[in-house]
Amino acid sequence: MTESILQLKHLSFAFPDKQVLNDLSYDLKRGDFLSIVGENGVGKTTLMRLVLQELKPTSGTLEFLPNRQAVPVGYVPQFRNVDAEYPLSIQDFVGLNFAKIGLPWLTAKERRRVNEILTETKLFDIRRRPLGQASGGEKQKAYLAQALLDRPRLLILDESTASLDPIAKTELLDLVKQINEQQQLTVIFVTHDIPLARRYGDHYLFLSPGHYEAGNISELTNEKVGAMNNA
Amino acid sequence: MLSYPFMQNAYMAGTLIAIISGIMGVFVIARNMSFLTHTLSEIGFAGAAFGIFMGWQPLNGMLLFTTISSIGVGELGAKSSRRENSITAISALAIGLGILFLSLADSNASYATGILFGSVIGISRANVVQMMILSISVLVVVVVIYRYLKFDSFDPIGAQVKGLWTRTLSVIFLVLLAFSVSVAAQIVGSLLIFILLTLPAAAAKYFAHTVGMMISVAVVFSLIGVWLGLYLSYVTNWPVSFFIAVIEVLFYFSALVYQRIRA
Repeated sequence: MTESILQLKHLSFAFPDKQVLNDLSYDLKRGDFLSIVGENGVGKTTLMRLVLQELKPTSGTLEFLPNRQAVPVGYVPQFRNVDAEYPLSIQDFVGLNFAKIGLPWLTAKERRRVNEILTETKLFDIRRRPLGQASGGEKQKAYLAQALLDRPRLLILDESTASLDPIAKTELLDLVKQINEQQQLTVIFVTHDIPLARRYGDHYLFLSPGHYEAGNISELTNEKVGAMNNA
Repeated sequence: MLSYPFMQNAYMAGTLIAIISGIMGVFVIARNMSFLTHTLSEIGFAGAAFGIFMGWQPLNGMLLFTTISSIGVGELGAKSSRRENSITAISALAIGLGILFLSLADSNASYATGILFGSVIGISRANVVQMMILSISVLVVVVVIYRYLKFDSFDPIGAQVKGLWTRTLSVIFLVLLAFSVSVAAQIVGSLLIFILLTLPAAAAKYFAHTVGMMISVAVVFSLIGVWLGLYLSYVTNWPVSFFIAVIEVLFYFSALVYQRIRA
């Protein structure tokens, strides 16, 4: 039996004017690749903000196991404020995640880790390129590399592929899937792209207004998607 | 030239100002705070005028006003559009107060131009010592929180996700900026501080691709501006801020041209 790393029990959340999540329970296992799908506005992002502890549940609980400290979380959002003139090199950008008080420069060990993750995400050859001049796919890989730098146990991809072309999407997700399988990294993939969710996920969590459904990814059929969205 | 004590003081003070401005400028640019820096310098003007009115050193009045308002702005936080408007309002109030204090203090016009446009002869050895203490304090804090500041300035979304105390960090940064503005005002004057706190760093961004390199390039650009500006001002007897402004603007436009050619 694989261990759980995140348990949601009867989780509900309401904004002052709107109920978003209602009595949601889910047990996320270590090494799982969970696709969270649903139309815009059903609470996918709200759920992620709850996981990141930026919001508190209205009722129910959300618990990391064995505890919050034992489960460092990496998060790759869809947008970043990186424009064409953004000056930092990919390498420097990735290294930002080694944030702590004290020594201003990175130690030799930290620099080795940066290079290791750059190699793993296939960015090593372009590490000196300013991030502003990188392609959309390269930028997302750099965000991924930054999130993976301090070895998270849970990686959240929040619509990270939404603005990419089909080839870049596949490339990024192949990479994540590979790390997921080789290193038992637990992945939450938030998307409204059902085919992608199906192709990479092990399990799914389907959110629709007021309901949710979870199961093995093979059970996420087109009929079900249509029925849930029309419910 | 350097046999005159006032030129020695000016060069020592100028060197400190250039170093601090180059370092802080890189973060000012990354955090899109050019506008706020400009406002802080106007608040500094009000503070200096208040200092004169109270019979203090203008620098002390400046420190008082800029520090209080930088904490205020940090707490203001919230939406950036609303912040821009509030900053404009604060800036208007500051200039008004500055003019009031100057007129109440009944000081002569040259004192006022000194505050607004800076001066070379006004700097005593005691000023230099005070500026040195302030500059070193700013440097020490920047070194200690450097990695946090870097993350939060160059990737605010990433820093927030990581759970860095971004709010506190931004207040600390604003206080550091207040100190830097007050120090820099001593030579370039409160109206032109933002030149040194923005242009060298804005130009550096086109030549360097790590934060460390950007800081080095920005410090070199501001050092050249200040040193050369002081020299030309000494030779021609024209205002030093004029030369610094021209030199930094030249650096900035050369950077733009360089970028255009390379693209």
